[in-house]
Formats: sequence, structure tokens, C-alpha cells
Amino acid sequence: MSGRDFLPWLAASSAADPALGDASDSVAGASLELSHSASGESGATVNTHRRDFMKLLGLGGLVIAAGPFGARRLEAADRSLAPGAEPWDPHAYVRVAEDGIVTITCHRSEMGQGIRTTMPMIIADEMEADWAMCRVEQAVGDEPKYGSQNTDGSTSIRDFLGKYREAGATVRALMEEAAAKEWGVAVSEVSARNGEVVHTASGRTRGFGALVATARTIAMPAATRIRIKTPAERRWEGKQMTSIDLVPMTTGKGVYGADVILPGMKVAVIARPPVWGGKVVRVDDSAALKVPGVERIVRIPETPPPSAYFPLGGVAVIAANTWAAIKGREALKITWDGGPNATYDSAAYKATLQASVRQPGKAGRAVGDVPSALASASRKLSAEYYVPHLSHAQMEPVAALARVANGKVEAWAPTQSPMDARNTVAQYLKVDPANVTVHVTLLGGGFGRKSKPDFICEAAYLSREVGAPVRVQWTREDDLQNSYLHSVAAHRLEAGMDANGKVTAWLHRSAYPAIGATFAPNVPGPQPDELTNGASDIPFDIPNMSIEACQAVAHTRIGWYRSVNAIHHGFAIGSFVDELAQAAGKDSADFLVSLLGADRSVDLSKAGLVAPASNYGASWTDHPLDTGRARRVVELAIDKSGWRSARLPRGKGRGIAIHRSFLSYVAMVVEVEVLPDGTVLVPRTTVAVDAGFIANPDRARAQMEGAIIMAMSNTLYSEITFAQGKVVQSNYRDYQVTRMRAAPRVVDVHLVPSEGLPGGIGEPGVPPAGGAIANALFAATGVRVRELPVGKQLAGWMARATDSEG
Amino acid sequence: MSDPIRDAEHGAPITLTVNGTRRTFDGDQTMPLLWFLRDELSLTGTKYGCGISQCGACTVHVNGAPARSCQRRMSTLNGAAVTTIEGLHSSGEHPLQVAWREIDVPQCGFCQSGQIMQAANLLTSNPAPSDQDIDSAMTGHICRCGTYPRIRAAIKAAAEKQS
Ligand code: FES
Ligand code: FES
Repeated sequence: MSGRDFLPWLAASSAADPALGDASDSVAGASLELSHSASGESGATVNTHRRDFMKLLGLGGLVIAAGPFGARRLEAADRSLAPGAEPWDPHAYVRVAEDGIVTITCHRSEMGQGIRTTMPMIIADEMEADWAMCRVEQAVGDEPKYGSQNTDGSTSIRDFLGKYREAGATVRALMEEAAAKEWGVAVSEVSARNGEVVHTASGRTRGFGALVATARTIAMPAATRIRIKTPAERRWEGKQMTSIDLVPMTTGKGVYGADVILPGMKVAVIARPPVWGGKVVRVDDSAALKVPGVERIVRIPETPPPSAYFPLGGVAVIAANTWAAIKGREALKITWDGGPNATYDSAAYKATLQASVRQPGKAGRAVGDVPSALASASRKLSAEYYVPHLSHAQMEPVAALARVANGKVEAWAPTQSPMDARNTVAQYLKVDPANVTVHVTLLGGGFGRKSKPDFICEAAYLSREVGAPVRVQWTREDDLQNSYLHSVAAHRLEAGMDANGKVTAWLHRSAYPAIGATFAPNVPGPQPDELTNGASDIPFDIPNMSIEACQAVAHTRIGWYRSVNAIHHGFAIGSFVDELAQAAGKDSADFLVSLLGADRSVDLSKAGLVAPASNYGASWTDHPLDTGRARRVVELAIDKSGWRSARLPRGKGRGIAIHRSFLSYVAMVVEVEVLPDGTVLVPRTTVAVDAGFIANPDRARAQMEGAIIMAMSNTLYSEITFAQGKVVQSNYRDYQVTRMRAAPRVVDVHLVPSEGLPGGIGEPGVPPAGGAIANALFAATGVRVRELPVGKQLAGWMARATDSEG
Repeated sequence: MSDPIRDAEHGAPITLTVNGTRRTFDGDQTMPLLWFLRDELSLTGTKYGCGISQCGACTVHVNGAPARSCQRRMSTLNGAAVTTIEGLHSSGEHPLQVAWREIDVPQCGFCQSGQIMQAANLLTSNPAPSDQDIDSAMTGHICRCGTYPRIRAAIKAAAEKQS
């Protein structure tokens, strides 16, 4: 019996290509540890771009790089290597060595989404490589060389699929031409297959490694010869593939941020200002210095708000080991000046946000005439929703190691964005980015926290001060209390319906401190265009709409957190649609389908969205709002979830929601069971996903499984609050997240087969889940939860009336 | 607040075995086993997630029982036998490790050492755990990536194989 049989909802759809069972195992067993060797480079003025290419070439073999202007072979005489040449912008690098080993450079960070598997499998498939011969190498931070490495916004595949394929197809064509030349036959008579080229007529074969010498010297294949495989020719793309880091991850050998060790290394734990913008007034470090193992105390200057990616500053304890550093910090006696944010209080701020959404905001989308439509509606409904600050609480608290010596900075860190890390460290230490190298370790969860390189700057600063390599270790308390939090948000929705329950007017105001406030002063709230992250780009067919951004000033660092503002937009919109269905006396699913209206493909920049009418970085031509796709995932989720089957008994219920985000369409039906004490269990979740072409379906399913579980945390348990400017919560004891018992028994994920342009996968599962959970709770208990987290709000639900105020 | 100076203990050196190798420690005996493993022995497979027994990332076996290494001070470990994820199986092929790979359980992987160590103990004491047994044994382990459904499946797959 295969292990997969224990995942009945996976078994049906996980049939592997029988040809690759063994091959993929051997890749899993191959040595894929991250390279941590020091670069040993010298000569600060050397053009780093040229230097990196030369280094690659120095390794021998055949190197192909693919960028926006096609794929090229790197050669010593390459124009782009001449001093002063236009920088060329390749993203995907493949090297075939004389011994046949294929090395693929992964320029994106691995944080659980599986990119270190998905990217190589696309390239290797197009190449017709032998998977057992493939290796993955992690790229250092280098934007000119790798293009954007910022692993966020669910962009790794949606931005790069075409380039990965082209790189692979170019190698394949080149190998075929090399073999044809060596054998003196027409290229049409040969074909690459599993790491070798075959001449069918004569039965001759030659491995890629043996063809490298010729492939390095012949002319590059004509553009017409670079052919992307048809779907039928694919061996791995779109199929079941074993992830490549499984062996290190199950044996404790995976290298994460705190796992890199350098000789002579020190460990630092830092006391940071508890209030954003706070300062150290006085430090008494005498007790700390007496802790065995503590070596030094170093002040890090405070960065005043908006502190962006720079460290908050504070007092660092430098010690011989982590325990001594933790104890040393405990022993510090620091007097802080909190500054203007010391009055930040979550209860008061909630009232501020609620007042804000009761006033008109700046329109992010305006269609028709909402006031008149509301005035003439036969039924009106309004509701307000609230979502608190949330923290990523990724399992690995941030940690980074840096070594500054001889004007060079080298850092090892679990960063989602090594290029931002490199540039920020350079800015912070006032050195040339060319002298900064950032190595990317595995990330023990990222979720947006690790896009910000403040912790890497801390390590670099301290290493320079101390004259030794320094690892900065954040504790869990630091992680929760000094993070870049997900924004707190209030929403007000009003709608009007006609006599048939058709929605004729939709007013949506949201207020939340903006991420922009982390980077610029005096940001009064979200820009109207930010509403395209899940509020103004809704797929509903409503003739009169006003979607408005209201003011909200930030008092703490706000950052991206998996699906970003679509978390609270999704919860509010998903809940309100269900409330409308109840008010109209309709089945929630039927109501949702009718709200989507007739299938339409809409360029929202011409349908009321204010400029610049963002679309997750894509054009509206490539990715219009396609309500047919939305309808189909909703119907798929209805169908597969048993929505139409017999009504569930009291205490159990199903909820449904749909959200388009990051260019993908996800509908979800969540089934809950609420125990008499208010505890929520999730027996089953059905997820229907249209994300265009999906390269690695198993990892896409895993992302959906993770998304519902993270959304359960967001919805049911988690909350960061402030009192006197400081975060109240300190650890998983009071910042609660989903645990095993409540986790869904079944997550039934249905991926819509598609050859369409890829959308995101890592984030889009989160936004529909909040609404679907809240709607399921209503169905189960009659209690409508409008403020998150659900927490204890369901206590005593059995004794309450079955319908709330509506 | 505790007095770190007084709390620092420097008794006779602690001798213990870790993954079968004899080790001696003569530092601050308030140090939790977690930091001894990571900082002194470079056994970095055991992870720090919370430091207060809330997440399970640091789970190892002490004398055959699962223990949160962030809570076990060195002073309590004289003569103890400690097994970490690195020592669970000589070639990394404990039935749970194999099942974990077959089902592709890990996402980021960070919590998985602790999850596997806890599950290994569960299977020793209960070779055919029910869903409820699994839930109660594993509830002290957080996986922020949300791999719980696959962890359940992998434990069952390993149990089946062992039987
Ligand atoms: S680190 Fe020990 S339980 Fe979390
Ligand atoms: S796999 Fe990432 S925390 Fe469990």
C-alpha cells in the first residue's frame, strides 16, 4: 500500500508518471545542500555582473541563460561581458557539465511552496534531461543577474514559466544539433530523450555530457528550432513529482537561517524598542555583563519611523552561545522613551477605524450611482466587520549570520528577497552593493515576514562592530512583538436589493493602516488603488458600486502577510454576501452564483477602477476579470462538497465563498462542527482552484491545505493587540494558531485543468477561507461573527436564538 | 525576575550520551538541552520555535521519552541518553521518515524534526493509533504551513507498514 492511499482525497488525482518513480527518488537522495562556501572574491571594482558570468564559465560545461530577450549560451566572448556592455537580464541558468550533471540555479527562495522542485522540473522537462542527473543550486542575491528575486506576491511561476521553458527548450535544441553534427545526419532525424540524444534510424545514442564540447562551439539553434513541448510531450510538468528537499527536511539536515555555522561566530540577542519609534534613554548593563558567556553589549542606533527595512535599533547582547545571549538580554535594565506611538491602544483604535468607515472615503472603483440605487432599493442591508492585527508567526523566528571583514559583507539568511537584503545591507552599512553577498538558506516559513531584511542588517552591523561573524537570533517574543504586522482593518458594507433579491447597489468602505506607512512619512491610509487587492476587483455583477479607501494612520510597522489585504477584504465580502443571501431568503450558493451574473471577461481599468488600476502586476489584457472562471470554480466546489445533499444537523454547517486574488480564482466550501463549548472543528474543506496552468499540482494542493489551516488561525484564534504602544501577546501561548485537533480531516482540492496563463498559488487560497468559515459557523450555530477572531464568541451558542440580528 | 548570576549553575560536569556518543558539558547548567545540541554539538536538526514548550519544534527523546529540549536544563541530564532527529535512524529511513517522503508532508520543513520525533514515540507506545490518538499525541506541535492532514496520513502509513 502506498503512503498516498492514506490521503484518500489525493489518491485519485496523484497518479505518477510511472517512468519517473525511481528517477525522482534519486534526486531526492542527491546532495542538495546549500552551498555556504565563502566566495573569496577580491577586487571591489570588478564589474560583478561580468565576474559572475566568468565564474560560471570557469566551471566549464555548457551554460544557457534565459531572460526577457530569449535564451543565450554564455561564452567568454559574449558581448554582455565586455566592460561597459549593456547589462543583460537573464533569470534562469542551466549548466550541463561534461559528466552529464545538469545544474539548475534556483533564483527564488524556498519557503514551503516547493519552488526548488517546481522550477527545475519545468526546465528539466523541456530539456529532456535525466532527472537523476539534475541538481539544484541556490542563487545568491543579485538582481542584475537573476531578475526580481523577491519571492512574494505568488509570482515565481506566473512571472517566469515562459522563461524556464525557453531555457530548457534551448538546451534540448542545442543538444540535438550537436548530435546531428557529430553523426553527420539531419537534425530532423534525431531527438533528445531522458538525458541523451537518439538517432532512431541507426540506434545510436549519445549522452548530454558527451555532447557538451560540440554544443559549446556550434551555432545557436535558429529561433524556429526552439520549440516548447506540447502538453502531450510533457513528462513532469503538471504531474506528480517528489519534492527534492524531502531527505534533508526529514533527517534534520536542511539548512535554515540559524543553522549556518562559522568559526569564531558570536550570537546576538537584541532588546528592541517595544514601541515603534521608541528610544533607549538609559541602559544598565552591569548584570548582563556578568552572565557567563556574555562578551559585549553593543548599542544599535534607532531608526525613526518610517523605518522601512532598517533595524529598529536597541541594545544587543553579544555572547558565546544563544542561551547566554538570551539570559544576558533578560538581565539588561533599559529605560525606554516610547515616543508618539506610546499611546497606541487597540480598543481605542478600533473605534477610530469604525468611525473612519462611517465617513465617505476615496473611491477605488466607482460604477453607476450608488446613493440613488440605495434609495430606490426594496431591501437594504448594512454590516460592519473588523479584523485585528495578525502576525506571520512562521515557525522559524528570523535569524541571520553575517561576517564583515576587509570591506566585504557576507550574510546567510532565510530571506524571501536576497536582492533587497543585499541593497538594504549596503545602504545601512554605507558600502557598495557589489561588496555584499547574501546567501539564501531554506526558510522555515516566510509568509511575507522574510521579505524584510531588517534582521540581516542587524547581523551585518553587529559583525562589523564586533569584528567577528555574528548570528542574530530573534526569540519568539521578538518575532511577535517587533514584527511587520498584518494591518488591522475595519469595513463597512451596504447593499440594496430589488424585489427579486438581485443586488443593485454595493457600497464598500475599508480603513486600515497602509504598508506604505512603513516606508514613507505621513501616509494617511491606503491608496484607492490598493483596494485592487481583493475589494475593488470583485467578480460580482452589480450595476452601482462604490468601493472606497478610508483614512487610517499607522502606529506600528505594517507589512505583507500571505494574501495581504485580501485577508480582511475576503472575510468582509465573503461574509456580507452570505448575509445578503439570508436576507433575500435564498440558498447561499445559489445566491452567490446569481451574484456573479452572466459570464463576462472584463478589463476593469475600463470598468470604473481608478488609475493605475493595478492587476497584481499583470495586464488586464492577459488577465481580465473572467467571471466565467469564477462561476465554474463556485459550481465545482458546490458539486464536490455535497452542498446539495441533506441539511446538516444543528451544530454542523457549511459555508461558501469565492475570491479572485493574485490572478487565480478559488472557491471554497468549509464544513464545520461546533462543539457545545464553542470549539470549532473542520471535518472537511472543498477547494476549487482555477489558477491557469499548474506546473506542480501536488504542491498546489499542499498550498491549499496550508491556506485553509492558516485562514483558520486568522479567523478563529489569532490576534495581536496593543496597549500603551506595545504588543500585548508574547508567544504561542497567547498568539494562538491552528493545531492538529481542529485541522481539517479532509481537504479536497480540485484543480481546474488549464493551459491558460498561470496565476498565483501560494496566497489565493487564503482570502475565500475567512468568509467561508464565518458563513459555516453561522449555518451551524446561527451566530454571525463580524469581528475576528471568533475566539470565545461562540461560547453558549446552543442557548442563544438561532438567528442573529441580520 | 530571576537573577541570572545566581541561576547560573556550575556543578560537576554533566556527562550524557547524544545519539550514542558520550558527551561532557561543563558550562552553565541552566542551559536548556536545545542550545547545547545546537550551539555546542552543531546538531541543528532540533529547532527553536518558542522556547516555552508551546510548539514542539525542539522535540527529542530523553531516555526514550519525547521531551521538549527547550525546557530540559543540562543540570537534569547527567547520565541521560538523548536521541535527536539526526540519530533517529542511521540512514534516515525510519518508517516515519519514509512515509513522510512518500506523502510529501513537509512544506517549509522547519517543524518536521519535532513532529517526526513525537510521532516516533507515539508509534513505539501505540503501534496502531486512531485519529484521536494522533490528535492528542501531536497537539503540542505547531505547523504553521498547515501540514497536519498529511502528518496524520503519514503516521497511519508508517503504522501500517510496521504492522
Ligand atoms: S521550542 Fe521547545 S516547544 Fe517550542
Ligand atoms: S512545514 Fe513549515 S512549519 Fe511545518
